Amino acid sequence: MQGFHPETESQAADVVRAALSENQAIQVTGNGSKQGWGAPVAAEVALGLSALSGIECYEPEELVLTAKAGTAMAEIEQALTEKDQTLAFEPPDLGPLYGGGADSGTLGGIIACNLSGPARIRSGAARDHVLGLDAIGGRGEIFHCGGRVVKNVTGFDLPKVMAGSFGTLGVMTSITVRALPRAEKLRTVLIFGLDWERAGEAMGAALRSPHDINGAAHLSAGAAALSQASYVSGAGQPVTALRIEGPGPSAAARCAALRALLAPFGETEELHGHNSGLLWREVRDVAALLPAAGNCIWRLSVPPASGAVVTETLIAATGAEAFMDWGGGLIWLSLAPGLDAGAGVVRAAIAECGGHATLMRAPEALRGAVPVFQPGDAITEQLAARLKGVFDPAGIFNPGRMNKAA
Amino acid sequence: MQLPEPDADILGRRDAIIAGLTALFPKHRVSDHVIHETASMRVFECDGLSAYRQLPLVVVLPETTEQVSKVLEFCHQGGVKVVARGAGTSLSGGALPLADAVVLGLGKFNRILDIDYANRCVVAEAGVANMAITDAVAADGFFYGPDPSSQVVCSIGGNIAENSGGVHCLKYGLTTNNVLGLKMVLIDGRVVEIGGRHLDSGGYDLLGVITGSEGLLGVITEVTLRILASPEDVCALLLGFPSTAAAGECVAAIIGAGVIPAGMEMMDRPAIHATEEFVHAGYPLDAEALLIVELDGPAAEVEYLVRRVQDLAQDAGANYTRISQNDAERERFWAGRKNAFPAVGRISPDYYCMDGTIPRARLAEVLARISELSKQYGLSVANVFHAGDGNLHPLILYDANVPGELEKTEEFGSEILRLCVEVGGVLTGEHGVGVEKRDLMGVMFTDIDLEQQQRIKCAFDPDQLLNPGKVFPVLHRCVELGRAHVHGGKIPFPHLPRL
Repeated sequence: MQGFHPETESQAADVVRAALSENQAIQVTGNGSKQGWGAPVAAEVALGLSALSGIECYEPEELVLTAKAGTAMAEIEQALTEKDQTLAFEPPDLGPLYGGGADSGTLGGIIACNLSGPARIRSGAARDHVLGLDAIGGRGEIFHCGGRVVKNVTGFDLPKVMAGSFGTLGVMTSITVRALPRAEKLRTVLIFGLDWERAGEAMGAALRSPHDINGAAHLSAGAAALSQASYVSGAGQPVTALRIEGPGPSAAARCAALRALLAPFGETEELHGHNSGLLWREVRDVAALLPAAGNCIWRLSVPPASGAVVTETLIAATGAEAFMDWGGGLIWLSLAPGLDAGAGVVRAAIAECGGHATLMRAPEALRGAVPVFQPGDAITEQLAARLKGVFDPAGIFNPGRMNKAA
Repeated sequence: MQLPEPDADILGRRDAIIAGLTALFPKHRVSDHVIHETASMRVFECDGLSAYRQLPLVVVLPETTEQVSKVLEFCHQGGVKVVARGAGTSLSGGALPLADAVVLGLGKFNRILDIDYANRCVVAEAGVANMAITDAVAADGFFYGPDPSSQVVCSIGGNIAENSGGVHCLKYGLTTNNVLGLKMVLIDGRVVEIGGRHLDSGGYDLLGVITGSEGLLGVITEVTLRILASPEDVCALLLGFPSTAAAGECVAAIIGAGVIPAGMEMMDRPAIHATEEFVHAGYPLDAEALLIVELDGPAAEVEYLVRRVQDLAQDAGANYTRISQNDAERERFWAGRKNAFPAVGRISPDYYCMDGTIPRARLAEVLARISELSKQYGLSVANVFHAGDGNLHPLILYDANVPGELEKTEEFGSEILRLCVEVGGVLTGEHGVGVEKRDLMGVMFTDIDLEQQQRIKCAFDPDQLLNPGKVFPVLHRCVELGRAHVHGGKIPFPHLPRL
């Protein structure tokens, strides 16, 4: 495979046009930190965007930041931190989950994967924070969509389609995202010893309260024991965690109110600043809590009230290690590869409640054999295939990475 | 504004089309479902943008997804265009009929199907009014976030088609951030279900692109919406300023201090006076600009933030401050703002509401230039403004009975929107493109950008039968758009850094 690391948008477009003229497929990547996610791509050209890097425009007072697609997330986060701002969708750093280093992801990679952390339940997904972008389309042309303001309904919402398309619809070159103020204070209320179902109920009660929870996770005793936060690892039992952020007096008052609300579920404890931050980074980045490197990793998005039952069913059926995020709406599973990476049993477990199961990590051969993304019904798959067809008529962008059609 | 030339063949087949549609509905209730008498069709001839009117070919009012499916399948087979319509409150002409198109009204889709507190969502038919969602869950301590000012009547399906906003979307997001799933009928009659009660469906984000697609991709019949726990406390500050620039500085200072209010609204002097005379909200008449800042959340947080905003307002030069002491007073603060459109309607025979978004920092400059344009055109303007997210609503006052004044108003309006784009903003923040801003799309997008958007249309509706003539200034045939313009010739690219 011939590799290119363009430094400008026009160089990247040249690569696309050259590949088009020779009818060659292109593997589009940022820094390649999440290449283990998706079906293997057979391509003649590798287009890596890590040199197409740099923050182009950051206006803290407008709450908006534009950066080239290959800009390192670490660079963006540092710039935001200097102005007490953050990306509210809490982008995870999945590098270590795929056996790579920390902080190796790019903005384009995060957006292409529509990847969001624990705050998703309150603040929305990555796709909700993309205001606009530039991309190279399937005809080698550069197009622009969206804008630099939050409130914008001018034309079709193309940035939403590009987010989460894993580089199969075009090559994003520049992305504008929404920045938001960083919360003053962070606290976590812990409940100890709940089983999956009681934990689901406790998280549901917290999320239905007016206390403005922006993180709700439940760790099995095994996962909790691996945390760097001593209150969590020392518990010796399952730990349910609820996160509160806000101005000092507000965080303190809500913590107290939340502990009173959750008293019927058992003893509660409070984690402050540093330890709290550690725990939620572990939940966000997954690898530390599910460390078995040879295992397959699944990510299930389900109706939150069904999370506990689905998790219990799958643990009983496969002996998986698991934890829940998003108040039960997100389940992370780690299980032995087996013949189909567990796809049959995992997808059967959510057939009734609805949702989707994504095979996040597995040996390449399995990712070629098992649909990595949840197969849709015939009509949805046809719409997806048509979308791919009109955006990328020659089928050159990351062919096969999402599913056979796209 | 020109609509596509009606298809003479369709007009000639009108009777057969009516007969065909009639056959799709139960015999004893056909008059409820198929409306074709001119007098009865009058109520459908325009939406909220009443400057443009057109009688449709025929109106159908189905009440089940199956009936919608049959209607669309019939129209698809006969090559008949379809304009979907919710409550008809669009301010951009999104539901404006076409002479050769069926209007498909969703008014009978009026049931809430499920309230699911365990998963914090509501499933409703598309014709349910926005406000009815909140009304159905308010007693149990929940609400639905987006609150367009027409929320008492506007339909939730229409909200999705337009990606509606409202005064509280600064904190709670637009419609697109609050939709979990939908059921939609494609032009060929097939029914597709997207999303559900979970977050972030895998695969391409069809939900994301359908939201805000203005009826061009399909007909939504059912929606699943995220509901939120009602805040414990809500408080509003009414702040008067000696200049719009000072009010703009206050907005910047609030955001700069890391405070995201639930809503932050601004009115200029003409808007203050018009609304005060109408609703007597107690607004300070000597202020050049008025801000309503609403803070909601846990009681301890609201108390803390109110004090902070009060201090920031003092520093920015506020010369009038009132803090709501109870819900009744808070609602009085809002009464003027929420009635700004009818209030302006009282002082002028007609008004034309614009809807651009600008970067917050350019506010004072944009208002000054609108004021210059106002003098130049000899037409008055009152400005109301979702200041927190930069969404400007200049109301141009005019008299449609004065020959040429509507045209002059349209020209003035398009100059304002060009100005919004020039300073880094967009043509429409929440009202949609429709027919109104269609011909201005080129100000914001290149032909290549627009072609890329239209390709989505081709994936859903290749024959372009759904709401044609809206959003896009030029109708490209999908065959043209589908072509791969492969740039021939081998290029060596010696300048590229390689691995």
